[in-house]
Amino acid sequence: MAKENLSVWTSISFWRRSAAWVTGFATILLIWLTFDTMGQISMGTDADLQKGITKRVPAPTVINYHIDYKMSEKRGHEVPVIGKKEPFFGKEWSVKDAAALLHLGKLTSQSKNCMDCHTLLGNGAYYAPDLTKAWLDPMWGATMQGMTGKSTREEAMAEFLQHPEKYPTHARMMPNLKITPKEAQGLVAFLKHLSSIDTNGFPRGFSKTVDQFKAGGTNAH
Amino acid sequence: MLINIKSNSLTNTGQRIGLMYFRVAIILFAAQLLMGLIAATQFVYPSFLYGIFDFSVARMVHINALVVWMLYAMIGATYYMLTDETGEEVVMAGLGKLAFWVLTLAITVVVLVFIFVQIGPGTEKSIWLINEGREYLEAPRWADIGIVVVVLIFYANVFFTFLKGRKTGIMQVMVANLLALAGLYLAGMFFTDNISMDQYWWWWVIHLWVEATWEVFVGTLAAYALIKFIGAKREIVEMWLWIEVLMLFGSGILGLGHHYFWIGTPEYWWEIGALFSALEPVPLVAMFVHVLYDWGKEQGINGDKPTITNGPGMAWIVTNAFGNFLGAGIWGFFHTLPQVNIYTHGTQFTSAHGHLAFFGAYATILIGMMYMGVQGAYGVKRLKATFNSKMAITLITFGLLGMTVALTIAGYEQVLVERAELGGGWQAFFTAQNLPWYVQAQLWRLIMGLVTFVGFIYLVLDLLTIGKKAKAAEA
Ligand code: HEM
Ligand code: HEM
Ligand SMILES: [Fe+2]
Repeated sequence: MAKENLSVWTSISFWRRSAAWVTGFATILLIWLTFDTMGQISMGTDADLQKGITKRVPAPTVINYHIDYKMSEKRGHEVPVIGKKEPFFGKEWSVKDAAALLHLGKLTSQSKNCMDCHTLLGNGAYYAPDLTKAWLDPMWGATMQGMTGKSTREEAMAEFLQHPEKYPTHARMMPNLKITPKEAQGLVAFLKHLSSIDTNGFPRGFSKTVDQFKAGGTNAH
Repeated sequence: MLINIKSNSLTNTGQRIGLMYFRVAIILFAAQLLMGLIAATQFVYPSFLYGIFDFSVARMVHINALVVWMLYAMIGATYYMLTDETGEEVVMAGLGKLAFWVLTLAITVVVLVFIFVQIGPGTEKSIWLINEGREYLEAPRWADIGIVVVVLIFYANVFFTFLKGRKTGIMQVMVANLLALAGLYLAGMFFTDNISMDQYWWWWVIHLWVEATWEVFVGTLAAYALIKFIGAKREIVEMWLWIEVLMLFGSGILGLGHHYFWIGTPEYWWEIGALFSALEPVPLVAMFVHVLYDWGKEQGINGDKPTITNGPGMAWIVTNAFGNFLGAGIWGFFHTLPQVNIYTHGTQFTSAHGHLAFFGAYATILIGMMYMGVQGAYGVKRLKATFNSKMAITLITFGLLGMTVALTIAGYEQVLVERAELGGGWQAFFTAQNLPWYVQAQLWRLIMGLVTFVGFIYLVLDLLTIGKKAKAAEA
């Protein structure tokens, strides 16, 4: 190397120092944003739900409420809308029981490895449908309730999860993962809670026009 | 089998431990490809092994074997250059070898449990013993802890050898970067009921590995390899390395935001993620230019007597320069803005990017390092590409490009039909999966996967035989 560096642009120590500063600055900014985000995504409380305070991730007792996903003019995309109370598996769940059920559901989702076929919040594998808003999927209406012979959305889901091989909808089927009735309830609670999370409008235009598309993609009658 | 690769020409402890890691890496690479082929077959014939060895199991082993073989090859490469760079024998080498055996045993148990036990009941015990169920980080908690201990030993080897010996720029970057790389793993080692929180920290491991610390690692390997293979000048290479660190960390750390668009996190991540991740291709262009410039210069100056000491190794490094830029830079940039990502998020498009990026940025250069290992193991001065080397690099690269194109087409269909037209959901998903062009694309992916696999067989053959042949030719 030249005895004296002619310019900083070819000076190793200049670049080393710059690399350290830039890295340090980016790290500090990330940590600061992380603190802010932690506050915003920690779970809300049951009191928030009762007072109608919206949280990005609501309390587990959100399973006691009707959940919808509607266009918000203000935000320019769909957002979860938490409505009136409705029974979940025929009853209202206490704070403690709802939390325990969600805990069981989350544990089951991991130990059965849902994420290596499905996506959750859009992350995971791409072999099976995204589960972010699965609770709200129109398929759990007449179609699956008819197939499983159940009269509510949650019971149809729980039945399907325990015996997916009995209710095929396509050649690609979900396998039987030896899910117990209790675990199935937990999973349904987990999915209902998942659908109440504010995902900034993902997925967009959820399940809108399958029938139109099948009819030939035209609205003319 | 792989034991055939002799290590008696190796002159130092670092190289010997490095070779141990390379051997296991190749075996895991084979497992990765086989599992990928099973999963790809299931896309085309869904009844294949249904209920026996389901897609989730094949895919889990596919991506875990991927991460683990790459970590093995990275650790191997680090050991390999450690003594050479510092001028010192590895400090506590015995402990390092013990750690290798412990890690290899642990990984074997994890893989066997994945394959034979597969899933457990919904309890904490399953998370601790069987399967953590979080993409890429499925290894159960006991194994996480084991991995941390082994990595600490590895780090101690590197750190104390560094302290004792020469402190080159390459080693300075290596020591600092490895600490960050190892530390990040801790962010993935806890359980929470809050899935948004879960994914927030999960991405700290995944993204800050592949788009920050692993990239810097590749920078250090490329720097070392350029000095070794083509005699590039150390001052220039090391100056470039610091510039790369600056750009990679400057963009990659906050680029993390591109995974926080839709997981429950606040809207400001749209701007942060878009801005910084859009800058991520810049260092990849720089690395590309750097490698090609040095390579071209070396060829030009010496005219008809090129001084490349390791032909196949260098070919893989050049493929790395292209692949990193294409797979991570271009394919990554495609879907990194929230306006695009709202539709592409979690589709075959993501998979196309995942394949080309992991292959282009990491598989390539790590294979290059294995050739370096073979050269050292046989003590040959010049390793020339054989027929097998050429078949390997051609078929593997062609196969990967083919799979990427197929998946990009599949992703395009999926984005338009499932997402834009039908807004996601169960029926929307299957409507897109059953489109004829989508189905064809999945078939082509399988075919190109087979091409990749044939290339891989050539690669193994070559690694096993090239050293001996070169040695015989030199004698
Ligand atoms: C070598 C470097 C890289 C590797 C190995 C890599 C790998 C991956 C993988 C495997 C995924 C899928 C994760 C999952 O399974 O959910 C992913 C997602 C993503 N990557 Fe990269 N990547 C790299 C660099 C980049 C760069 C430089 C960019 C942007 C310029 C980028 C943008 C993205 C985005 C936006 C996603 C999210 C896709 C989605 O929403 O589904 N990546 N990457
Ligand atoms: C024989 C060749 C291969 C085949 C047939 C294959 C097949 C597959 C399949 C079917 C999946 C699951 C995708 C999904 O969930 O829809 C997958 C995922 C993945 N594979 Fe491969 N693969 C092969 C080679 C490779 C190689 C060489 C790499 C990297 C070096 C790789 C990296 C990945 C990654 C990162 C994912 C996760 C992608 C994501 O989540 O976005 N694969 N592969
Ligand atoms: Fe990323």
